[in-house]
Amino acid sequence: MNQTFDFIRWQRPAFLASLFVVLVSLGFLLVQGLTLGLDFTGGRLMEYRFSSPIEISSIESLLAEKNLKGEVQFAGSSEAILIKLDSRTSNESADAWTQHVFEVYPGSKLERVDFVGPKVGEELSSQGGMATLITLLSVLVYVALRFEWRFALGAVAALIHDVIVTLGLFSIFRFEFDLSVLAAVLAVIGYSLNDTIVIFDRIRENFIQMRQLSTAEIVNNSINQTLSRTLMTSLTTLLVLFALFFWGGASIHNFSLALILGILVGTYSSIFVASIMILFLGTDPKHLIPKKVEGDGAQV
Amino acid sequence: MLSWRGFVFWLVLLFALVYATPNYYGEAPAVQVKYHGESFPETVKNDVLTMLEKEHVTPLLFEHQGSTLSLQFANENDQLKAKSILEMELDFNEYTTALHLISNTPEWLQNLGGLPMKLGLDLRGGVHFLIQVDVPDLIRQRLETLVGEIKSDLREKKVSYLDVEKNGDKIVLQFSDVDSRNKALESLQLLYPELAIDNVGNILSVELTDSVIKQLRDDAVLQNTATLRNRINELGVAEAVVQRSGGDKIVVELPGVQDIAKAKKVLGATATVELHAVDVVNDLSAALTGRVPVGSKVYYWKDGKPELLKSKIIVSGSRITGATSGFDENATPQVNITLDAVGGRQFSRFTGDNVGKPMSVLFVEYRNHPRIPGRVIKNERVINVATIQAQLGRRFRITGIDSLAEAQELSLLLRAGSLAAPISIVEERTIGPSLGQENIARGLMSMKIGLALVVLFMLFFYRGLGVVATLALGLNLLLMVALLSLLPGAVLTLPGIAGIVLTLGMAVDANVLIFSRIREEEALGARLKDAFVLGFDKAFATIADANITTFIAAVVLFTVGTGPIKGFAVTLGIGIMTSMFTAIFATRYMLERFWIRNSQENAL
Repeated sequence: MNQTFDFIRWQRPAFLASLFVVLVSLGFLLVQGLTLGLDFTGGRLMEYRFSSPIEISSIESLLAEKNLKGEVQFAGSSEAILIKLDSRTSNESADAWTQHVFEVYPGSKLERVDFVGPKVGEELSSQGGMATLITLLSVLVYVALRFEWRFALGAVAALIHDVIVTLGLFSIFRFEFDLSVLAAVLAVIGYSLNDTIVIFDRIRENFIQMRQLSTAEIVNNSINQTLSRTLMTSLTTLLVLFALFFWGGASIHNFSLALILGILVGTYSSIFVASIMILFLGTDPKHLIPKKVEGDGAQV
Repeated sequence: MLSWRGFVFWLVLLFALVYATPNYYGEAPAVQVKYHGESFPETVKNDVLTMLEKEHVTPLLFEHQGSTLSLQFANENDQLKAKSILEMELDFNEYTTALHLISNTPEWLQNLGGLPMKLGLDLRGGVHFLIQVDVPDLIRQRLETLVGEIKSDLREKKVSYLDVEKNGDKIVLQFSDVDSRNKALESLQLLYPELAIDNVGNILSVELTDSVIKQLRDDAVLQNTATLRNRINELGVAEAVVQRSGGDKIVVELPGVQDIAKAKKVLGATATVELHAVDVVNDLSAALTGRVPVGSKVYYWKDGKPELLKSKIIVSGSRITGATSGFDENATPQVNITLDAVGGRQFSRFTGDNVGKPMSVLFVEYRNHPRIPGRVIKNERVINVATIQAQLGRRFRITGIDSLAEAQELSLLLRAGSLAAPISIVEERTIGPSLGQENIARGLMSMKIGLALVVLFMLFFYRGLGVVATLALGLNLLLMVALLSLLPGAVLTLPGIAGIVLTLGMAVDANVLIFSRIREEEALGARLKDAFVLGFDKAFATIADANITTFIAAVVLFTVGTGPIKGFAVTLGIGIMTSMFTAIFATRYMLERFWIRNSQENAL
């Protein structure tokens, strides 16, 4: 590698930038909160398709006639309507309402129903939180075993950074956070770790090969050596995700968005957060030596 | 000469081709008519065909196998029309009509186990319910019945008490003195060994133990699952899923269902049992010819055997508080039944008057008519006939049962019939068929575009090696499709398609790692052949590490997720494994064979 970018020089500004972004994200999350989808809040969503364009106001008055409370909006076209009924609406009233719509608008169809009872919503929330914790913990253990605890902390710090910033972006722009977005966040945790581990692997190798250099220089070289691969993989993954985002349709829209944001942030954090964290924790080549006994690589 | 790697490569390629191909053949919309007897009658078959022809809905082909008639149609409209016609015309007590998807896979392939992928609800359309059993209500009902039972028990044993009443989760018994309390304690411990009885001063408090509650809950869930399964069979939904989910919930999935409201109505119903006296005075055969005596009625066993029973209900099933199966002193199977106080009295009176005479247990089910809204159907079935040996009390047993299995089934039915298991729908997700089709189209489109983008990119950036990477990607996709088609539990959902797309994007990673390693080793001065081997070996550890972490995430998602999320976790997990395999075997083999063999030291 002839060109070496000095990442370490940017250590401080990068750290401050990350800290700033994380704090802003946390701020938004605490104050504005996430726009939770009905998987977590509970509620009833129904999508109707009609044979000809419909006015929202007509549906709204129909709801009022039946003493039902709900939000009405278009679902992609003027012939498709999305109705969010209050979660306290009973199953029977909702079914009766559907029959009523069919009567008033012959040819109409119910294309989608998403109903989540309030308790189930709560359960899904706690299950989701649990899942995130479990994933982070498993990752921590795995990296600690494969490398060393300082590396593990570095990795987890990067991951927590990713999760907070991604969620923060969702909060700031009020994107809807439903179960599929949570799945995407978990996938991002797993994926973002890829990058981090590739760099760690290199650092470990270089600790042995470049013993004469300082830790900071070794880390820097490692990042540079793996840079092209890191960028390449992120690029190809982002390419397919953009395809999903633009052509995948409404139901996986937020899912692919979460993946895209997560991977962008994750790539950044693998380079600037994980590795910097290792330096910050005072990692030294000798920390790794007991774990791996390896002869000198072929020095050609 | 084929290296072992090459051998594995071609074998896997063949395997992938064989098991991915069924998806190419697709599935045809069909209607399946099942006759509730031995063999589907020829005359009815001809009638069916004529009926359909009249309405201009002709099947492409039909197959008659045993008691099933399968009709295949050109498109879904014909299929739906045919189903409604047949449902209307055929007696639904004798025939069940169901929507079906028949795979067009040629038979030889099917014999190898080749089938297309199963599509999830969000791609096929259909309904998903999560049903919850109301456990607190079960506890409340049991406690209320217990109060009556305990009171009558104490009276029988001549133990005086001040008060017995339900207080929250407990039953509190008050006595005037410790003596009566102790007598009561003794008696209760004998009669209800499974309950937790506490004594303080002159008060006894009775609670349901956790294991009793668990038993109540398990029975309720078992009963409902069984009942729902039966009803869904009669709704005519092929490939329906009815499964216990967690302690107190049941998952019901009905793929392809159009009319959700109707499905819900049919699913809702109640079941119970009744005890009737067998009519030994009048003649059964006379009744069968039409001369039914007043006060009696003919009922049938499951296998069609008739019985003449008195119409009067001796004891209603709601009076049964417990039924267990076991063995009697002769080691033959028996069923032990417990009635509540009122039931006990009724039963005692009846048995006292009818020693030596037979008595019958009737299973009764009330269901909503599948086609006529508002109409309720009553389904009755004789499940047991036994002779009364002596005047019996609240607890009695039925002996002489043929097998333990029969005893177990009977006791379940008795418990089931007696439980008014309160259930409610706590989650519902429905996708209409048009939305399902749209999802498929979108999923495939985004996959094609994503793939095209990646391939173009790889070719542009890595040129020659890019070709190899593309071929590896192709094999990866083929292998994923084959595995998804082969694995029994695997279902493709829209997030699942996203998972496939994601892993394809990630799969490039492994190739990139290998290529850049090889380049690096070359730059360090190694000869191509050595650089090649070194590159692969060194890259392998990194690839493994990196992929394992994503795999961990997939495993967590699979365990915690439901439905579509599970689908995503499955494709992600499978995708990681196949991409590792193709990177290590396929890419290596292809490079070995086509690059190293040609031994051209082209600049990469």
